[in-house]
Amino acid sequence: MTVRPATTTLLAAALAWGPSPPAHAADTTITQQLNHWSAQAGAPGDAARGRTFFDARHGGEWSCASCHGMPPTGSGRHASTGKTIAPLAPAANPKAITDTARVDKWFRRNCRDVLSRECTPAEKADVLAFLAALR
Amino acid sequence: MTPSLNRALLTAGLVLAPLAAAWADGGRTMPLVVPPAYAQECGACHAAYAPGLLPARSWQRILGGLDRHYGTDASLDPATVRQLGVWLEAHAGTYKRVRGEPPEDRITRSAWFERKHRKVEPAVWQLPSVKSAANCAACHAGADHGRFDDDDLRQPAGLTPRQRRAWLD
Repeated sequence: MTVRPATTTLLAAALAWGPSPPAHAADTTITQQLNHWSAQAGAPGDAARGRTFFDARHGGEWSCASCHGMPPTGSGRHASTGKTIAPLAPAANPKAITDTARVDKWFRRNCRDVLSRECTPAEKADVLAFLAALR
Repeated sequence: MTPSLNRALLTAGLVLAPLAAAWADGGRTMPLVVPPAYAQECGACHAAYAPGLLPARSWQRILGGLDRHYGTDASLDPATVRQLGVWLEAHAGTYKRVRGEPPEDRITRSAWFERKHRKVEPAVWQLPSVKSAANCAACHAGADHGRFDDDDLRQPAGLTPRQRRAWLD
C-alpha cells in the first residue's frame, strides 16, 4: 500500500522535469576534441605548450592545476572548497572529455576563473594535446 | 554539562532524529527526489547542499548571479537555471532557524551555523583535510544526503591529540 503512492510521486516528479540530458552524453572523445580545436585554431595542439599553459597562473590567483592537480592523472581538489575532483586525464578517468556540452561549459567557466577571459581555440587545442599525451 | 544531562539530550536526539528525517520539505534533509542537474551542476565544486539550508530568497539571488558565484564562474544555460529554481523554491528552508537570509547568502554565515560551530577552533577549519567551512563532508559523513546529526560526525585528519579529546566533549 505504501509503496505505490511513493513510486507514483517519484515518477511524477521525474517526469515533471521533462527530458533532461543524461549525465554523460558520451558524444565525443579526447581525439575528436583535439582535432576539432586544432582545426579551429588552424594549427595542431602542442602538448608541451599545453603543459606550460595548464600549470601557469596567467596573472591571477589560480592555474588549471590549482584544482586539477599536476599532472592531472590523479584526483584534484577544488582550490577554495576542498571538494575532490575526478582526474581530468582520459588515461586515468574514462568519463573525462566524453561530453561536448560539458567540455564547452567547463572550458568557458574555468578559463574565466583562471584567465578572466575565455580560452582561444589554440589554447584549448594545446591543453587537449597535453591531456591526450598523459599516461 | 553533567553526564545525566548529556544522556538526556542524546536520548532526545535519538527520538527526534527520525522526525527530522521525515520533515523533508522546508527542512534541512535532502529531498527524496533530486534533479540530476542539481547533483551534476551544483555538486561539482562543492557538496550539493540541501535546499532547506537557505531560504527561497537566498536561492533566487544565487541563481541570478551564477556567473559571479563566490569568486568563480558557475554560469548555466537559462533552461537549467529555471528548472533548478523551481525545485529550490519548492524545497527551500522554511523552518524557524533558516527563515532569515544570511549575509552574502552564505550557509556558513547563518546564525544557526555559527552557533552550531562556535566550539570549532580556527586551526581546525584551516586543516588541509577541511580547508573550508563549505566542505561539510570533512566532518559530516552524511552531508551529501543532508544528514548533519551529531551522531553522524567523523574527525577530520590532522587533529592534535588535544583537539581530538575536545571533539569528544
